[in-house]
Amino acid sequence: MTHLSIKQLRKSYDGREVVAGVDFELVPGECFGLLGPNGAGKTTTLRLVLGLTQPDSGSITLLDYGVPAQAREARTRVGVVPQLDNLDPDFTVRENLLVYGRYFGMKRLDVEQRIPELLEYAGLTARADTRIQTLSGGMKRRLTLARALINDPDLLFLDEPTTGLDPQARHLIWERLRQLMLRGKTLLLTTHFMEEAERLCHRLAIMDHGRIIAIGTPRDLITRHIEPEVVEVYGDGAEYWAATTGSKLAQRCEKHGETMFCYASDAHALVADLANHDARTDIRYLHRRANLEDVFLKFTGRELRD
Amino acid sequence: MPSYKHGFSLRFIHVWRRNLLVWRKLAIPSVLGNLADPLLYMVGLGYGLGSMLPQMQGVSYVAFLAGGVVCSSTMNTATFEAMYSAFSRMHVQRTWDAIINAPLTLDDVVLGELVWAASKSLLSGCAVLLVAAALGLVGSMMALLIIPVILLTGLVFAGLGLIMTAISPSYDFFMYYFTLAVTPMMLLCGVFFPLEQLPGVAQAAAQVLPLSHAVALSRPLMNGVAPDHAWLHVLVLALYAGVSYGIARRLLKKRILK
Repeated sequence: MTHLSIKQLRKSYDGREVVAGVDFELVPGECFGLLGPNGAGKTTTLRLVLGLTQPDSGSITLLDYGVPAQAREARTRVGVVPQLDNLDPDFTVRENLLVYGRYFGMKRLDVEQRIPELLEYAGLTARADTRIQTLSGGMKRRLTLARALINDPDLLFLDEPTTGLDPQARHLIWERLRQLMLRGKTLLLTTHFMEEAERLCHRLAIMDHGRIIAIGTPRDLITRHIEPEVVEVYGDGAEYWAATTGSKLAQRCEKHGETMFCYASDAHALVADLANHDARTDIRYLHRRANLEDVFLKFTGRELRD
Repeated sequence: MPSYKHGFSLRFIHVWRRNLLVWRKLAIPSVLGNLADPLLYMVGLGYGLGSMLPQMQGVSYVAFLAGGVVCSSTMNTATFEAMYSAFSRMHVQRTWDAIINAPLTLDDVVLGELVWAASKSLLSGCAVLLVAAALGLVGSMMALLIIPVILLTGLVFAGLGLIMTAISPSYDFFMYYFTLAVTPMMLLCGVFFPLEQLPGVAQAAAQVLPLSHAVALSRPLMNGVAPDHAWLHVLVLALYAGVSYGIARRLLKKRILK
């Protein structure tokens, strides 16, 4: 059984293929991350899955409903946290939840019974009757998340849920999302924060140019695609050092921005050589274990995305 | 293309009720505005200017004017609501995006907005009727038949307004519609003077515009006379309402569900 199954999904705009043959499945109870640079096709994939735009080809089954034909029915069991806040600015916190519940055809009494619990979840009990404009960015996000839970959905879509939030607010959202996972909800989130993906997701797909280029658990992706150790070298002398010494001692050296990333299964020799230059100010370095960001950079390359 | 079937559903009520809840917060100033606006027209133009004028079609100028202002008020309210307010909800606040993530469709949203704009204009048209009655300008109970005329007129201008919303990149764009459509209709469709006063070409042009047909119905009804060719005017208005709604729906789908 799956909560979502996508096969060979394609969508073009003006001859440019934004989603170019995407396949994946969501198992009930898992948190699945869709990772990719801006313009990779993540948001379009979500819109297709929700039936808000027509695919050129491919098939989508969302909670046993065929999409787009039965997208509306499928959405009764889905919650959505969009990338851009679209809380209703004309309403208070409580009214936002009340009105959103009506869109699901819920009776007033049922919604009103559910509201205290959702307010508590969002940490907004004391703000129930304030207007949206006075809330901080983190509060708004939490309310958007609570609003997406009004119908007690089986599956939640979160489009970059922590973009634009400060670290405290971000950690709070992560904690709330983990609560949902404990309650058995299935989560699909898009992000370009590696830390977020690594912390929350059971499985990940890295997406670029409308395609999924790698899929697996975070640990699996790292061990399968990247040497276990990394030495980041930066400073004016870094590039010369990498070209002359680094490239001989590492399996592979890559430049991203102004930093040289030297990947090795054993970075001992690299670190030993760099230690000789400790007195120099034009070379500095950081030795660490490989992480998801290294996988991401390997697959999505180095060009700047807008 | 997204499917065009299942277009009509009572689910649009949820969208209508959302707008009603917002309106209720500002209901008192809104109703006062609805009453004050026509009152100013009647007193300023009707009595002020009207005192210098002879009888118009057998009634005082202010009674003549009341039959026109009912329609122009309705037009203005429906137009504002379907353009500025709907555009805010669609483009600025992204309220529509939130609604179509729930189990409502864009069809529900568009129909909800259409009926809402018409409802609001119904209120403002009825306010004019009320003011006219209070000033003793209503000829007979026949004036109650103006209420369905107001509703139909509201639907016409709500549909036309939603077309503008569908193609508008920003609020500024709406000025074209006011300059090219709303103001000419206000001045040429018989709100302030009988159409017959216009030169032949202008008269013919005015006959094509929906506001002329609304006025042709409401003015005689206001003065207690049965309108000539009533069904023809109703038919023209119904056509305008139906066609503009259909076009708005298609254009909005193209814009939102791309």
